[in-house]
Amino acid sequence: MQKNNVLTRLMRNQIFIPVAALILLAIFNLIMDPSFFKITLGYNSVGNPVLSGYLITILDYGSELAILAIGMTLVTAASGGQDISVGATIAISGSVVLRVLCGTNSRPETLQAPIIVAFLISCVAAMLFGAFNGVLVAYFKIQPMVATLILFTAGRSIAAWINNNELPIISDPVFGYFGGFIPGIPIPTPFFIAVACMIVIALVLRFTNLGLYTQAVGINENSSKLNGLNPAFIKFLTFVILGLCVAVAALIKVSRISSINYSVIAKDIEMDAILAVALGGNALSGGKFNMAASILGAYVIQFLTTTLYKFNVQSDALPAYKAVVVIILVVMSTPVVRSWLSEAGKKIKGRTSQKAKEVA
Amino acid sequence: MAIEKKADVAKKQKIPMTDTSLLLLITVVVFFAMYIGAILFQGKGFLKPQTFFNILNANAALIITSCGMSIVMITGGIDISVGGVAALVSMCCAVYLDYHGGNVFGAVVIALAIGLAFGLVQGFLVAYLEIQPFIVSLAGMFFARGMTTIVNTNPFNVANEAFVALKETRIVVPGMGSVNKLGNYVDAYVEIGVVVALLIVLVLFCLLRWTKLGRNFYAVGGNAQSALMLGINVRRTKFLSHVICSFLAGIGGFVYFMHVGSGSASHASGMEMNAIASSIIGGTMLTGGVGNIIGTFFGVLSLSTIQNIVSSAGLDQAWWTGITIAAMLCLFLLIQSVVIARKKRA
Repeated sequence: MQKNNVLTRLMRNQIFIPVAALILLAIFNLIMDPSFFKITLGYNSVGNPVLSGYLITILDYGSELAILAIGMTLVTAASGGQDISVGATIAISGSVVLRVLCGTNSRPETLQAPIIVAFLISCVAAMLFGAFNGVLVAYFKIQPMVATLILFTAGRSIAAWINNNELPIISDPVFGYFGGFIPGIPIPTPFFIAVACMIVIALVLRFTNLGLYTQAVGINENSSKLNGLNPAFIKFLTFVILGLCVAVAALIKVSRISSINYSVIAKDIEMDAILAVALGGNALSGGKFNMAASILGAYVIQFLTTTLYKFNVQSDALPAYKAVVVIILVVMSTPVVRSWLSEAGKKIKGRTSQKAKEVA
Repeated sequence: MAIEKKADVAKKQKIPMTDTSLLLLITVVVFFAMYIGAILFQGKGFLKPQTFFNILNANAALIITSCGMSIVMITGGIDISVGGVAALVSMCCAVYLDYHGGNVFGAVVIALAIGLAFGLVQGFLVAYLEIQPFIVSLAGMFFARGMTTIVNTNPFNVANEAFVALKETRIVVPGMGSVNKLGNYVDAYVEIGVVVALLIVLVLFCLLRWTKLGRNFYAVGGNAQSALMLGINVRRTKFLSHVICSFLAGIGGFVYFMHVGSGSASHASGMEMNAIASSIIGGTMLTGGVGNIIGTFFGVLSLSTIQNIVSSAGLDQAWWTGITIAAMLCLFLLIQSVVIARKKRA
């Protein structure tokens, strides 16, 4: 009985869902091919020690997603909707970084500005676009997904326009560190950046009321207003924070290839980010959230992606499989199915206890 | 005396304009203003009836899918899977016609079946399991796009004779022809898709205006709670709206396929956004309960006219189209937001 209680309590915990999904995926890979978990220490083309292996790939490429999941969780919690323009804003923000670094020449020998300046400018740009979404959602009361549809449609066009549709290439190896490896450190840099973001958001949630306020607004906008909060401003703020997350993710993305491809960069990443939030067990209709679960959810998504790639699934066909996963997840979490499941569970429990009584 | 009285009554009973007619009026005015502006500033190209018919030819599929989108939006939902469904339909039909030696009739059946299947599943998930329509159709969109690549990776042209004959069929519009540069008289024409699209617009207009189901869509979108109290089966209405939308996306996919005559995974990309944009420009309110098929029709026309203007003004780089559509969408969203605010104050 005691054991059963622990189990049910565990199952009720929100972080259980991503952990269970992670374990399922890990077991699946273990059965199919144990070499999935092999990590080797090798040297890259420049001669620096790097770790490689599927697990490292997951940590590496899951970082942008984890960073986006932070912002997306806040937006989801406060506004009850999702931002579908993150992929497009990454394109814009990345384009700004390259534009500042390259100046007018698209193939510069030396950087035209320090990387930190370029990054800060791209942060401002991304936050402005986030603010644009935020104003539409918070002050004009347009549904988040439709408001962000505007940038979703125009974002990649704007990104191409910023660089006159040229594809700048940066030859400076330092710029590649953010999306690759710092010489001497075998762990990919994006992971450190993601960890830094996580620490920052953990501190913010711990020492400010941001978490409490967003949840209050998400649960009931009117009563939070009566309690003296400003729901519109908090919604607006979450979109600006998401903008900041987008800028960080964009820096990693452009640094990976030291260039940009406007129509391909961060394609479909909005789907993955929303999926991460959903997989973290957060209600997509807003309200309470669990940041750790979302971040873990992001890495689980990357785990799934990497697993699918390993089985030679084409990158274009990937969305089809993910869509099935989303639907299964969302269906499982609907109240209708949940109550049905719990009733079925009770019936089974009832029967077993009856049997136990009969035996006794 | 009598006339005076009548005028008096009319003044007293000055019915406040409904949101639907106000937004419809804005759309129609915008369209005509834009078209006249195009004629004035872009020269004679826009004066030719064929320019207008070309807009119709190129956007017949968009008209059909936008109509479906409007119905879902009137019911208070949204469906962003239509572009994906259209791509899947065109790819499946192309593969069927070319690799399996199928006939055109079979291809139509495939198109309708795919649309219906998406509609049934999405409608069920939205209406009976109460999942947010956006999430459901987002998954639907990615599923459809992914499936399109799984069916066939490489784009290819269809060479099936019967299909090509159907594709090339041109319906001459009498009395609208013009004299070309060589001095020959050329008849104006439309493709079969346009006829299908106009028929669908007509049917759906009647459906929304005069049938019980049509009025139910408005009632559910306006206020689901009170619709329920009026004895309307809210779930079934929502379900049907999604079924109709995806079914129309299937038809739209086939019409698109008839226009381009090839299968490709990148077909109809962005169609869902254009459909939503047309519906919004056409005066369909995102919050549900307000909208009009005629408005949507004009919404599509406005959208494609502005695209034509942009490209004939020499700004034919791809990004200008995206930016202008987004700007227009933004403008009309703000108008809607103002309309809602006005209503609340009143």
